[in-house]
Amino acid sequence: MQHTIRVSCSRSNLKTVRDFVAGVLQEHQLSDILQNQIILAVDEIVANLIIHSNHEDEHKHLDIRVEIADHEFRFEAEDDGQSFSPTEYRDPDLQEHIRIGKKGGVGIALVNRIMDHVEYTTVGTRNFCRLSKRLP
Amino acid sequence: MKIVPHASTDTLTLALDGELDASSSVSLDTELTKPDVLDYRKVMIDCQRLNYISSAGLGVFISHLQRFQDAGVKLVFFNMQDKVHNVFEILGLDSLMTIVPTQQEATAV
Repeated sequence: MQHTIRVSCSRSNLKTVRDFVAGVLQEHQLSDILQNQIILAVDEIVANLIIHSNHEDEHKHLDIRVEIADHEFRFEAEDDGQSFSPTEYRDPDLQEHIRIGKKGGVGIALVNRIMDHVEYTTVGTRNFCRLSKRLP
Repeated sequence: MKIVPHASTDTLTLALDGELDASSSVSLDTELTKPDVLDYRKVMIDCQRLNYISSAGLGVFISHLQRFQDAGVKLVFFNMQDKVHNVFEILGLDSLMTIVPTQQEATAV
């Protein structure tokens, strides 16, 4: 069964999305650590879409779809903001981040390490981000 | 996110209560940016009631670590829940930051 939620592009909705995902995961009795990892990966993607792709414009929305099927967690976010280009992405050097006091730039590294599959596609003006992870 | 500060002569303890995400981490950043934080010998972060941390929360600590080190201020985390510790581990931050199990051990650092 697919679960959907639509949120406006405000940081205050990050908690709403985390609670939504937690609700979907609840009945699957995952460990605390695994459940937190999945919620974290979704939170990182949604934060990037709200802050970077849509510049926190509350008139804009994200459509989020989540399902668990065939022992797999699947997430999709759809928006019409600025598309993300994974080819420009470089894995962060944390010691360098510490040295220069850099605040951001580790979210996508978390997503890539947690999820089995991360995909960004653009169809016309619509961007789709899809994540999936096998469950025990 | 609630931040409860407790200061003794040379140590500032900040007890974090709630979830540190891209929205709530701003208040923690403001707290750690205060110039008088650098007057302490040690800043201890009590994570007992920290239920969640995202990259934005980690980023706040990453961005202040060098500034603290340059000023001779130790940053020590304690009472961290397993699921929160796991997020530090995923990035290897557990080996770049000082995380100890108990307040007693944090005091001894």
